[in-house]
Amino acid sequence: MRTADLVVIGGGPAGMAAALSAYEQGIKDIVIIERAETLGGILNQCIHTGFGLHFFKEELSGPEYAARFADFVKKTDIKVSLNTMVLDVQPLKEGGGVITSVSKQEGITDIKAKAIVLAMGCRERPRGAINIAGSRPSGVFTAGAAQKFVNIDGKIPGKEVVILGSGDIGLIMARRMTFEGAKVKLVCELMPYSSGLTRNIVQCLDDFNIPLRFNCTAIEVRGKDRVEGVVVANVDEKTKKPLMDTAEFIKCDTLLLSVGLLPENELSRKTGIEFDRMTSGAVVSQSRETSLAGIFACGNVLHVHDLVDNVTAESQIAGRGAADFIKNSGKKHNYIAAKGMNGVRYIVPQRIDKDCGEDVKLYFRVSDVFKGKSIKVSSGDKVLATHKKPKLTPGEMENVVLKADMIKGISNDIVVEVG
Amino acid sequence: MNYDVAIVGAGITGTMIAYKLAKYNLNIVLLDKGNDVAVGTTKANSAIVHAGFDAKPNTMKCKMNVAGAKAMGGICEELHVPYKQNGSLVVAFSNDELPHLQELFERGKKNGVDGLKIVSKDELLKLEPNINPEATGALFATTGAIVCPYELCVATAENAVINGVVFRRNFEVKSLVAEGDIFSISSATETLRAKIVINAAGLYADRIAAMIGDNSFTITPRRGEYILLDKNASGLVRHTVFQCPTKMGKGVLITPTVDNNILVGPTAEDITDKSDVSTTISGLDAVVSKAKKSVPNLPTRDTITSFAGLRAHCDKDDFVISFSQANKNLINVAGIESPGLASSPAIADEIVQLLGGVVNLQLKRNYKTGRKNPVRFREMDNEQRKKIISQNSAYGQVICRCELVTEGEIIDAIKSPVGAVDLDGVKRRTRAGMGRCQSGFCGSKVMEILARELGVPIEDITKDGGNSNILIKAGA
Repeated sequence: MRTADLVVIGGGPAGMAAALSAYEQGIKDIVIIERAETLGGILNQCIHTGFGLHFFKEELSGPEYAARFADFVKKTDIKVSLNTMVLDVQPLKEGGGVITSVSKQEGITDIKAKAIVLAMGCRERPRGAINIAGSRPSGVFTAGAAQKFVNIDGKIPGKEVVILGSGDIGLIMARRMTFEGAKVKLVCELMPYSSGLTRNIVQCLDDFNIPLRFNCTAIEVRGKDRVEGVVVANVDEKTKKPLMDTAEFIKCDTLLLSVGLLPENELSRKTGIEFDRMTSGAVVSQSRETSLAGIFACGNVLHVHDLVDNVTAESQIAGRGAADFIKNSGKKHNYIAAKGMNGVRYIVPQRIDKDCGEDVKLYFRVSDVFKGKSIKVSSGDKVLATHKKPKLTPGEMENVVLKADMIKGISNDIVVEVG
Repeated sequence: MNYDVAIVGAGITGTMIAYKLAKYNLNIVLLDKGNDVAVGTTKANSAIVHAGFDAKPNTMKCKMNVAGAKAMGGICEELHVPYKQNGSLVVAFSNDELPHLQELFERGKKNGVDGLKIVSKDELLKLEPNINPEATGALFATTGAIVCPYELCVATAENAVINGVVFRRNFEVKSLVAEGDIFSISSATETLRAKIVINAAGLYADRIAAMIGDNSFTITPRRGEYILLDKNASGLVRHTVFQCPTKMGKGVLITPTVDNNILVGPTAEDITDKSDVSTTISGLDAVVSKAKKSVPNLPTRDTITSFAGLRAHCDKDDFVISFSQANKNLINVAGIESPGLASSPAIADEIVQLLGGVVNLQLKRNYKTGRKNPVRFREMDNEQRKKIISQNSAYGQVICRCELVTEGEIIDAIKSPVGAVDLDGVKRRTRAGMGRCQSGFCGSKVMEILARELGVPIEDITKDGGNSNILIKAGA
């Protein structure tokens, strides 16, 4: 059987950064397995700018950011298998596992790897999962699928658009469709606030006079062959049930859905790694190692990010972690748990090795909008840190740094909460 | 050329008839107003091969159901169609409902159904651990089965076409005129001629009959809404779980599908629009609340899609399978609602019988059984996969990742004797787009393959024919 030191599943920004970081740590036999024709992942279709503000201190488009990393990868002897789909991951007791993949050129291939990085990204929640009633004509797309048609294929999915969901993809597509001559009539958002970045609300909706309605959702699709319109209604803020006396028919030929991203863990679930219900991703340590030895996760497959710069930073951690594992796999860990409470919905990483000897950045999201509050980090009775945060919103991932010497001294679980 | 037989309607009724008649030396044309076979009720039903205990004795429904169900397994094996005899349970939820089970048991025996037994609450909970603990007992029909209805429709149509039947899509019959012993069957643009017309037009069977002055029956669309759960929910129930039937039908059921999804539904609501297959908020809510009576912790969070189908309910309350009083050369095959799918093999045999009385049926000498066994990559082991990829590398390119469908399978679906010409056609034949992401990932790739194989611009690719284009034409 073919072998490798490290197999990285996914050649998007997460996979590339993890592979490069492992390579820099001296790991030489690395394979990135990517199902598309090129590296870059979802960035290839994100032609808007705003990528790399932190990492490169430049404002790049998605393809530019991806290309930088693809160029770095090209300069190494990291092997890249394109057009290759991973079918199965069989974990091994000693760590890592056997990866089975399929491609036209190679047929079925098995690779035994000392360590594996899961970097499969996420997929979009479709219409069926939220069960919008009505007919099932053509013209209903998830925002990302529509984005692929416009940005990669140069095709127009529709002319009169209603968008459900004010997450970043919905906002970006509102502007994108407008640029291509479509009329975006309305963006409906179920919650009383947007889950997208503030700068996108301004630059995609406000700048184009596209109305945004909160506490509003699509309740019915109408149209025989093609969408002819959508019925929208306001919802009760608490129950989220539609208030039928507010129902309004909006004529359109296209409904774009930006109703949630789901980490694509179908492969991961088969391995038996432990999952975090709140993130829909793996439970990981500070090195991004999952509950199975030598299997790491990073990027959107671990938890949905807003900034690719954070994906890169996290994936570099995972790459270093994988390299470390390959070099000394027998290492014992002394874990304490990190949990979110009182307004903090989840934390990644979910556990920290007390003996890691390094600073650990805890990433988290809040469950609601909070203004003028603080983030409190504590362990048992000991308050480790308090940070004032003028605005906290579910749509923007936050982080707080735990210093190395702070970590060494604690014995209870770490709790991060809004205070 | 004058056809011997024209079959109007390529749902399961029409294609099964075509399949049976194709054994004989007849020139047959199979027509459908849709873009494909199976686009009416056949693609939107419970997919159950009913055992036959529910049908009223001495009705056509009963006779056809029991005979059809017995033949179904053999036909599916010949045509490589997924079929599973998983058994059915009719569950009683109170002691008041127990006599009902007994009634169905007696009726079943009278109808000639084997393998029936009444099971106690304890036995029921062993068979189905997730059943409502308030259940008091059940009728267990071991011969109840599930099948893939649209795949059966495609398969029967394929065998028919292999054996010389001509299939015409997008042929909506606008007029039917008898000129002596020959019918002129006209669409908006074309006229065909046939000696015998078989009216298997489903929801529109009464309209076809009316064209020759036969107003002996009416078809009312009776809508049923369903939700489909992710394969993750597989194992929730193993048998097809019914509740006690009501006046409107068999009630809301929960069943595994042959592909290991869980199907929940249907409701039963008479509507007026024969083309309205929309779901409704109240209908979908009703599916869930009624189904929870059977399985209280129904994992609705695992919903991947919902849909509605229309039963062709006849005012005669039974199948109408007979020569029309208005013209001895037209056979009505109407009102084929439940148990229509289970009955389809027997209905087709009945047509052969009826036709044999008026036409000289001679078996074809070069008749071919079966059809090419479709490649199902997801069901193969790695050795089998290696083999087909080495024969054709297109099987190495995964297009639908949720259902593990390869490019080779999609090309096969397009090139087969009754090929797919739109996204839904590819979906029904390969399952590409039926998974949890609902074609979010594979949709554009399937469109590219369709455009390439059919030699048309990608803007011409539709979801299911008509004006259901996915993309807008440039300059439009």
